[in-house]
Amino acid sequence: MDVLVVSDLRAGYKDHEVLKGISLRVRKGEKVVLMGPSGSGKSTLLKCVVRLVEPWSGRIIIDGTEVTDKRVDIRKVRAKTGFVFQSYNLFPHMTVLRNITLPLELVKKMPREKAVEKALSALKSVGMEEYADKYPLQLSGGQQQRVAIARALAMDPVLLLLDEPTSALDPELREEVLVVLEDIARRGMSMLIVTHEVDFAEDVGDWMILMEDGRIVEEGPPIEMIHNPKKERTKQFLKSVLKRYADGGSQRKLVSP
Amino acid sequence: MYDTLFFILGILPYLLEGVYLTLYVSTLSFLIGFVLSAILTPTRLFTQPPLSWLARTYIEGFRGTPLLVQLFVIYFGLPALGLKFDAVTAGVIALGLNSAAYQAEILRSSIKGIPESQFLAAESLGLTTAQIYRYVVLPQAVRTAIPALVNEFVTLVKESSLISVIGVVELTRRGEYLVSYTFRALEVYLAVALIYFVMCAAFSQIAKLVERKFKIPGYERGA
Repeated sequence: MDVLVVSDLRAGYKDHEVLKGISLRVRKGEKVVLMGPSGSGKSTLLKCVVRLVEPWSGRIIIDGTEVTDKRVDIRKVRAKTGFVFQSYNLFPHMTVLRNITLPLELVKKMPREKAVEKALSALKSVGMEEYADKYPLQLSGGQQQRVAIARALAMDPVLLLLDEPTSALDPELREEVLVVLEDIARRGMSMLIVTHEVDFAEDVGDWMILMEDGRIVEEGPPIEMIHNPKKERTKQFLKSVLKRYADGGSQRKLVSP
Repeated sequence: MYDTLFFILGILPYLLEGVYLTLYVSTLSFLIGFVLSAILTPTRLFTQPPLSWLARTYIEGFRGTPLLVQLFVIYFGLPALGLKFDAVTAGVIALGLNSAAYQAEILRSSIKGIPESQFLAAESLGLTTAQIYRYVVLPQAVRTAIPALVNEFVTLVKESSLISVIGVVELTRRGEYLVSYTFRALEVYLAVALIYFVMCAAFSQIAKLVERKFKIPGYERGA
């Protein structure tokens, strides 16, 4: 069963077309990894999925609901689609706990006690339960991102959208977030994830898509794409990504393409 | 020297009685301004052209003309339309209407200062626009606005001296009376200035405490 179907999606800002006909699907429990150079439209694609950016044309279906249908209450779709941002985007004036209970109470209409219970268990699943009473800016980037992941998870999403969840982090903080993401992936969450973590893509991804200039360049199983890319452009891109990680001193093992 | 000191000490009680009216007028007009700005700002930000244009015109109008002229229009001009106010009321109205324009600008820029990413995060969770403003944007914007709002209040305390010209016997007016009795303009006006200064400094200090109390934990300036 498909959790997400995107067909021939076009979108952009003003008269600048960013997505030039993108089609992809995420099956239930599947992890789809999206890669591509900056400006290729990955973030816009993710935002379009829940209409944080309005699509120009094409169809998007999440869990059987046609997102692109203007009559659909988009907030209901967003409530069951988790979104994790590159820069975490926690609400700085609220405690970690309140960051998570707020949407549960306002959107899911949960009573306070139930929301707290739910939030604490979500925090526990990312190893952050001890920090429930802290404020986001008192935490490290990695910890903030784990809280943001917990906030998304607490909503019991059918699909998790992750927009470069580790890109803003120092190499040593990446690992703690990746471990959490791997754990969530293993538990069967459907994920569409924009990342340049090649190892993560290989270990966790079921399908990999390389985008450039608003189009899909190549797609396939991550292992094949990473070790045996068909297109010259894919080869080139992976090489530059791996080089960047080697320079950045990533803690993870490096797989040469 | 001693003579000057004793003279100033002698006139202080009389001047300090004017502090009450100065603070009364400033506080009341600040509150009026606050309430009006809470109407003006959303009107300017969220309504369609005829209404939003009206809010904008109000703000630009009051910011672009001298307060003293606004005061004259209200106190001397409006009676021609049958709207007659006593001096204190006219003063409070003029200061309040004027302050509303400035406070609306403060509120607007604080809201505009909330990063787009906060809106995106709240939207992605399924919050309605009203909920986003109520729970995410305004609590942060008001915190940012505190220093500027206090500054606006301090400005009001000082500008309230203008209403002495329509005969409100506040701090400055009392100074004028004393000068016409004693002819010692330098000492009297310096004493008046000193009282304003102490008031303003005190409010700035209180503001620092308030700001610290509402500071977002972990937030460092420039971070």
